[in-house]
Amino acid sequence: MADKDRYQRQMILPSFGLAKQEKLLAANVLIVGMGGLGCPALQYLVGAGVGNIGIMDADKISLSNLHRQVLFTESEIGLLKVNQAAAKMRLLNSDVSIETYPIHIDQSNALSIIAKYDLVIDATDNFSAKYLINDACFILNKPYVFGAVSRYEGQVSVFNLTTTKGKKINYRDLFPEAPKPGEVPNCAEAGVIGVLPGIIGAIQAAEAIKIITGIGNPLNGRLYHFNLLQGQGYEIEISASEKLIDMNEQIFQEYKYNEIDDEIDVPEISVLEFNKMRLLPEVFVLDVREWHEYPQIDFSNAQIPMSELQARMFEIPEKEICIVCHQGIRSIYAAEQISKQRNLKVYSLKGGITAYFK
Amino acid sequence: MTITVYFFGSLVDITSVSKKELPILMDTNSLNLHLQKEYPALVNTKYFIAVNQQMIKANRNLIHGDIVAFMPPFSGG
Repeated sequence: MADKDRYQRQMILPSFGLAKQEKLLAANVLIVGMGGLGCPALQYLVGAGVGNIGIMDADKISLSNLHRQVLFTESEIGLLKVNQAAAKMRLLNSDVSIETYPIHIDQSNALSIIAKYDLVIDATDNFSAKYLINDACFILNKPYVFGAVSRYEGQVSVFNLTTTKGKKINYRDLFPEAPKPGEVPNCAEAGVIGVLPGIIGAIQAAEAIKIITGIGNPLNGRLYHFNLLQGQGYEIEISASEKLIDMNEQIFQEYKYNEIDDEIDVPEISVLEFNKMRLLPEVFVLDVREWHEYPQIDFSNAQIPMSELQARMFEIPEKEICIVCHQGIRSIYAAEQISKQRNLKVYSLKGGITAYFK
Repeated sequence: MTITVYFFGSLVDITSVSKKELPILMDTNSLNLHLQKEYPALVNTKYFIAVNQQMIKANRNLIHGDIVAFMPPFSGG
């Protein structure tokens, strides 16, 4: 071992010791997503001496990342997350070898990359990636540590690791199918407090260390929910489904993970076009943001939050409907539904309210 | 004879409360229907139900003092 002093504080722990430390040094962990969850998970795994770590993210650092991705600095804005993270981690611990994947996980790369690792940490921020990782880990029989946040609340669990009841749980036991895009707002749309992914990502690192070393009781078979505002945890024992999910390599390759790739021919309009259109009498401006979302606007004719749209579809008048939301993503799905079910002419404001107030 | 219902995550946007005491209902199906009538937006929302911290996969009878959790999926990171 390179330097025993480095790990002395954890090696003197009861049930830890040299043997566990050597297990960490020999371990191969893949972290998918180098954002709010991935950064703290990476830092603690590198600190703990996990020997081989892969990090995967195609994104570049932006100013709006910095409130929660505190590994990065202002001077790194515009640079690739994986490159900056890897450079800093090499300074933290030269025992650790870090492989960077500056790409998004998808059906063409998931199986071959995950196959190289013992354990995966899902630190992604969208459902298509989460289901894709779930299914790839199911096919390859790799344990993975799930984490997700929403505003002030977080969830953590360990999937694909045999529980004390002899079952293996995966994410589809909780939610068999992914919500439609726009059905559940993401961080950019719903907001998140910076420290929360720090807490959840650190718990994910702790779970990875527990699985690798065999200490304690990992969260396999349990969903841990944390509410930051209440300072409260809530744990739910997960029930395995009667039958295993129908998933193999062929189904995986043909599965539609990213519905955003579907052809949605909703016309998107610019702020300039929107400002002309919204004054026309035949145009009806519909705000599909949830009630709590800011800023308030005075140029919409009605607000029907996305979560109420199906139930209130009949309220939409026989006009041309111009739909707005926070970032112009949900509005596309709202437009698609309205066009399908009400057969009205629809438009979506490109970039949403964010673009409007720029 | 009452039960307590907890709503998590974005479900609180629909219900406006994170905790609710209710007179006891026969089973989880009738509780779910009752709440979907009170909060129609729940109908098109994904969540699973747990009774006393155990996720349920099928209808289950309720007894006085049961704690029922409605948990939606989170995707942020």
